[in-house]
Amino acid sequence: MANVISLDSILGVGELKAAAEAPPAAASGCASSSCGSSDGPADMAPEVWEKVKNHPCYSEEAHHYFARMHVAVAPACNIQCNYCNRKYDCSNESRPGVVSEKLTPDQALRKIMAVAKEIPQLSVIGIAGPGDSLAAGGRNTFKTFEMLAKKAPDLKLCLSTNGLALPDHVDTIANYNIDHVTITINMVDPEVGQHIYPWIFHDHKRWTGLDAAKILHERQMLGLEMLTSRGILVKVNSVMIPGINDEHLMDVNKAVKSRGAFLHNIMPLISDPAHGTHFGLTGQRGPTAQELKVLQDQCEGGAKLMRHCRQCRADAVGLLGEDRGSEFTIDRIDAMGEVEYDQEAARTYREHVEGERAGRHAAKAAAQADVAGTVGTDVQPILIAVATKGGERINEHFGHAKEFQIYEVGPKGAKFVGHRRVDQYCEGGSGDEDALGGVLSAINDCTAVFVAKIGGCPSQNLKDAGIEPVDRFAFEYIEESALTYFKDYAERLGQGAINAREGQDAVIRTGAFTALRA
Amino acid sequence: MAYKIKASDCTACGACEAECPNNAISFKKGAYAINADLCTECKGQFSSPQCASVCPADCCVPA
Ligand code: SF4
Ligand code: SF4
Ligand code: SF4
Repeated sequence: MANVISLDSILGVGELKAAAEAPPAAASGCASSSCGSSDGPADMAPEVWEKVKNHPCYSEEAHHYFARMHVAVAPACNIQCNYCNRKYDCSNESRPGVVSEKLTPDQALRKIMAVAKEIPQLSVIGIAGPGDSLAAGGRNTFKTFEMLAKKAPDLKLCLSTNGLALPDHVDTIANYNIDHVTITINMVDPEVGQHIYPWIFHDHKRWTGLDAAKILHERQMLGLEMLTSRGILVKVNSVMIPGINDEHLMDVNKAVKSRGAFLHNIMPLISDPAHGTHFGLTGQRGPTAQELKVLQDQCEGGAKLMRHCRQCRADAVGLLGEDRGSEFTIDRIDAMGEVEYDQEAARTYREHVEGERAGRHAAKAAAQADVAGTVGTDVQPILIAVATKGGERINEHFGHAKEFQIYEVGPKGAKFVGHRRVDQYCEGGSGDEDALGGVLSAINDCTAVFVAKIGGCPSQNLKDAGIEPVDRFAFEYIEESALTYFKDYAERLGQGAINAREGQDAVIRTGAFTALRA
Repeated sequence: MAYKIKASDCTACGACEAECPNNAISFKKGAYAINADLCTECKGQFSSPQCASVCPADCCVPA
């Protein structure tokens, strides 16, 4: 049971094997996972927990309840990455660094106030680009934060950077009380780095090849150490590029953990010739879902992994996985005039969430105890795809799902391991065969798919493909339902009524996340 | 001598504006442009024209 307890923790995924330096939670005599549910994970310092618990990007649980918003005030960059093309801007894209609207700090502030008014879940404001938040002296970035700190001091601030300019700005970051920084680190060896970064601009000069990668690497490590030594939380993002840095990312994981990064987020390369990026044009492929999962599994036990990152675009608005950015255009915000910030609404919402969380912990504890008591440890874990709108419940219609959350459930418990984007199968009521094929290939490694509702026809197609559609847990908590399902699955397996589904892989959707909210 | 910006390739990122040692670059009428009177090609200041070195679109070129 020792492992199962840590599942309860907010950052779930990473803790499972991070037990090496964690105090043995079970030995303390508390075997209930509802115990200390709002105190945070056993292996996380309370001050870290306080900082991350309502942060949708850093906390696996919070991403179900809270919203973040990126404002695109930083278009300039100081390096070139082979997976990025800043020469044009595509409004259909939804990956980091891609943005359809550039804002001045004043516009950004008004946009944030307008969004906060309509989305009380808003708890985090980030600046991630579309270039680098610290390039060009970081002027727009810090201007925006300065205004925000005055107007809405309870919003969390964070920024993302490639790290090149980071050492120059650590003091400013500490002054503005920015407690979360994300650094994109794709290598810790210039030999690898030279295949990812054609050039950098540093110290008034353009550097290329090995020199460029070496400088970037040294600055990244220095910046990381400077931040963590000042108690500022650092998350590291890495882009997994098969054949270039895939295995190397295990070294990256070790290097960043030893320097104090508290989360490591491995994202798949998104590559398509239509994006006009270097990798898109050379035909460099991204990883498959199983390749990504295998690497993430291998890195567990290093810096905690974050599997729920949606690779949102730099102007993303909303709960992770949904993008409401297009509802808040500059024109619309200008038309709204002056908007006041309502701290009260935000607080009421946060209280409501505390209640929801407690309910969820209790439900999961009961289901976990049940599985542990009945299912043998020799049953292989399975993957389940879940259609959800958030709130940690199975509450989306199969045909309306824009993404599926993937849970791994086995005798040791259930954990969130990732998400898969899909085109909506059902748009305006009529199912579309191509989209269904896309959904099937995106969740092909799953044994079952949990939905709130599903039509007869897609239901049959799923069965034919060997994936069981399950709607009997509609509107229930996801992990509790997954555990209940797994118990039943293990029984059927034992009776020989079904066979295990093994050796399947799934496709990571490479195109744009074009699904807009209806 | 001076540099200029090829407007057709410019992404309006503003990286060049921040690097120019002579404040020769500004955003006017929806585009970045170099004031040829202020541009020194960075001679005597840096080993290469700063705008051209930082520009992601390689569109800062000799006029
Ligand atoms: S890109 Fe990743 S880190 Fe950034 S907001 Fe989206 S989920 Fe969070
Ligand atoms: S060449 Fe130098 S002085 Fe001229 S515009 Fe570019 S950065 Fe400014
Ligand atoms: S750096 Fe290049 S792309 Fe960016 S604004 Fe200047 S000229 Fe345009």
